[in-house]
Amino acid sequence: MTSIVKRALTTTAAAAVLSLGAGAVAAEGDLVIYHWFEYIPQELLDKFSEEYDVNVVMDTYDSNESLLAALKAGGMGTYDVAVPGDYMVEIMTNEGMLDVIADGELKNKGNISEEWADPSFDPGRKHSIPYQWGSTSFAVSRDVYDGDINTTAILFDPPEELSGQINMLDTQGEVLTMAALHMGIPQCTTDRDQLKALNQMVQAAKPHWASFNSDTAKEVLVSGDVAVGQIWDGFAARARAEGANIEYAFPKEGYVVWMDNVVLLKDAPNRENALLFMDFLLEPENIAAVTNYARYVAGVDGVEDFLDPELKTQPEANPPADAGPGVFVQACPQEIQEVYDQIWTNLKK
Amino acid sequence: MAGGAASGGSSQSDTYAGARVWLLLPAWATLLILVVAPVGIMLVYSFLTKEFRGGVIWEFSWEAYDQFFFNRGLFGDEPPRIEWTYILIFWRSIWQAGVATLLSLAIGFPTACFIATRAPRQRPIWVFLVTIPYWVNLLIRTVSMKFLLRDNGPLNEALLGIGVISEPLHIVNTNLAVQLGLFYSYLPFMVLPIYAAVERYNFSLSEAAADLYAPRWTVLRRILLPAVKPGIVAGCILVFVPSLGSFLAPDLLGGARNFMIGSLIEEQFKGNAGNWPFGAAASMILLTLVLIILLFSARQQGRQEAR
Amino acid sequence: MAAKYDLRVFPGFRAVTLFCLAILYAPLVIVTIYSFNASPSITNWDGVSLRWYVDVFTGPDSEKFKYAARNSFIIAIIAATVATCIATLAATAILRGGRFRLRTVSFGLVSLPLMVPEIVTAVATLIFFNAIGFDRGLLTILLAHIAFCIPFAYLPISARMQGIEATYEQAAMDLYATRTLAFRRVLLPLMTPGIVSGFLLAFIVSLDDFIITNFVKGAGVETLPTAIFGAVKQGIKPNIMAISTMLLGISVVMVTLSWLVSRRDATK
Repeated sequence: MTSIVKRALTTTAAAAVLSLGAGAVAAEGDLVIYHWFEYIPQELLDKFSEEYDVNVVMDTYDSNESLLAALKAGGMGTYDVAVPGDYMVEIMTNEGMLDVIADGELKNKGNISEEWADPSFDPGRKHSIPYQWGSTSFAVSRDVYDGDINTTAILFDPPEELSGQINMLDTQGEVLTMAALHMGIPQCTTDRDQLKALNQMVQAAKPHWASFNSDTAKEVLVSGDVAVGQIWDGFAARARAEGANIEYAFPKEGYVVWMDNVVLLKDAPNRENALLFMDFLLEPENIAAVTNYARYVAGVDGVEDFLDPELKTQPEANPPADAGPGVFVQACPQEIQEVYDQIWTNLKK
Repeated sequence: MAGGAASGGSSQSDTYAGARVWLLLPAWATLLILVVAPVGIMLVYSFLTKEFRGGVIWEFSWEAYDQFFFNRGLFGDEPPRIEWTYILIFWRSIWQAGVATLLSLAIGFPTACFIATRAPRQRPIWVFLVTIPYWVNLLIRTVSMKFLLRDNGPLNEALLGIGVISEPLHIVNTNLAVQLGLFYSYLPFMVLPIYAAVERYNFSLSEAAADLYAPRWTVLRRILLPAVKPGIVAGCILVFVPSLGSFLAPDLLGGARNFMIGSLIEEQFKGNAGNWPFGAAASMILLTLVLIILLFSARQQGRQEAR
Repeated sequence: MAAKYDLRVFPGFRAVTLFCLAILYAPLVIVTIYSFNASPSITNWDGVSLRWYVDVFTGPDSEKFKYAARNSFIIAIIAATVATCIATLAATAILRGGRFRLRTVSFGLVSLPLMVPEIVTAVATLIFFNAIGFDRGLLTILLAHIAFCIPFAYLPISARMQGIEATYEQAAMDLYATRTLAFRRVLLPLMTPGIVSGFLLAFIVSLDDFIITNFVKGAGVETLPTAIFGAVKQGIKPNIMAISTMLLGISVVMVTLSWLVSRRDATK
């Protein structure tokens, strides 16, 4: 008995040590991507993998803030590329986390459409290329509510039948920016009365909210667990495609617009492959595959031929004429950000 | 639990006294390097200055603890008042974990007694039945629980179907869901130590009491309960401590509406806040709390044994 | 001396036990049933099918899950083996090493990972690896797992050792066996059931760990729990239910095996 156990243990342990050694180190020909969840079709990764004989590894995150936190907590030097949103590109640049893409290193750089070639968050596109852009607003179940939904009051001061049936995204930036739009105050305001009022307003709104969840933002709408969900436009379109009878709102007070970007991280272990991957995503056919999957909009010229025709008429991507302005989330300076952090903690206490 | 197993009882011997340094060396080395040293470094970090958006600056600071205990207003310039936010979060965690522990005890104690009073050959089968679900991944168990409890999930459908209720019970995203989730996660930890204690219990003690015309429930309360108390204490600790620091159940079942200690700490390292010294300080406070509870229960147990 | 009633019977306890088992199994049974659902929706029943089991092995996520499962098993085997060895030696010293000053401290140290809440261990380990500049990957997970597996291996091992009278080894040594020989030939064989359950407990605890792994894992490294978390965060899907059912099956088999081993040992 004992000897059998002993022999079994020693052989398995030896085998395990061997295979651990083999799998642990990143061999040449790797690419390590840090990406949002459910945001790239597996087939596209496989295609890149085959075309360039590169082994692709992907980790996922669910908010710009958690991307930053993970990179700060020792993730630098292990990932090659990440996909932060606009304001997070600016923050990461200021933190010195992004590598510079020299002129000529990306042969497809000219494919970037003009409106996204020189954005304020990355002038001259030194560190990033466009991935997808879209909006954050919310979707309302038409089974439950048939009134006017194009107002942020649906989230912050909802009619009775929607109270307690609302899922908010679990991200500070998008929740508090929406709240600022609802109150008509500027983002990153330094006005103390406005900040106090913002704090009070979200506190008063919280009892109406059932949950904070980004990952299940689509799922809770499809399953009918909630009637209102703060959500990204493409995700709402996919929830609708999965059978949710929902309508995406374009509030008259305004809504959040964002652009996600593929960035080259500093100390990328596979810098060459990262650049190959970025070039790959600048080819219209490839980035169109992302758009067809995620239902957002690409920032590359020449994608039209590869897109699903129905994307053109997708209601989530076509704001009505009376919709409010779409605004980018701003990166606040430290003193203001700390107040926002405090408001967020107060909200979730 | 905390002290009991060390007192080896009759089997204590000194056969290997000469080699004990070498026998203990691997355990000491591993645990000092991988548990004690990290906790020490964490203590140091809790007294450092935070770096904006994650990380630390190597400058001494009280700020993390100050932030925990004192409220200086939204802008940090008001005279300090007691900060209730984090105390409330800790209190909520203690409450949730406490309710989960009581639930586990209410169900676990009778179960353990029942199993321990089966015929010896049957006992392993019952223990086996209680432990099997624990071998399925905790995440899956928590998510299954959510699936079961959903507003239009199987439980509500079944209850509606047999007409016990007319409106679906709203359980998911409430405190009750979190308590049920914690209870479900750690129930076997309550049953097993109590079972071990009851199994060792000598029922002739009960017989003696019954011969003196003590009613059944009095025997249970006055004779059996005190005798198996160490098992009950161990079970309560094994349920309470992991519940206190858990963040899966609040996140998945509670809808992440209200922070518990675990989610508050996680948020400092993985989420929005990015305040490492504060996360380290909150961890230290949690650890202190747990160690106080353990010391207290160990002393209680020691006092009882001394009597 | 006959009592007025059977003291081992408490009215209602059987009902509570059955209720307890019902609670423990209800979610798993339901998940098992739904794993055979033909519909991709978790809410509608569409007939019996094995498609989600096929999906686990051939679907788009299959590579990820295979890789994660491999990592998990490798880590669990090594961590449980190392922790079991360390715990066996420590138990021998603590229970068979006579009285010594650091005895209580040693026991406290060995059970420390059990007393520190997991989230605290996770944070401390993260900070530790960060402070000493240790790159996170499979190795960091393994080290962390070895540490917290030690008490889980220690408990069954020490329980067994307490049940073995020291006279066996003393008898061997009276017959001029060396201490090492007494340990190997007498104590260890008697200890086997304890060591096996210690190993299994450590193994399953390592296999199940999410919180610590999630904090110390490196880029792109997944274990089964982190991969499952990644998948279930967006809601439970049929393929996860299939994985859950298979894990349940494996657990049943493993527990049965360990029970049979210990029973065979007891009857020997």
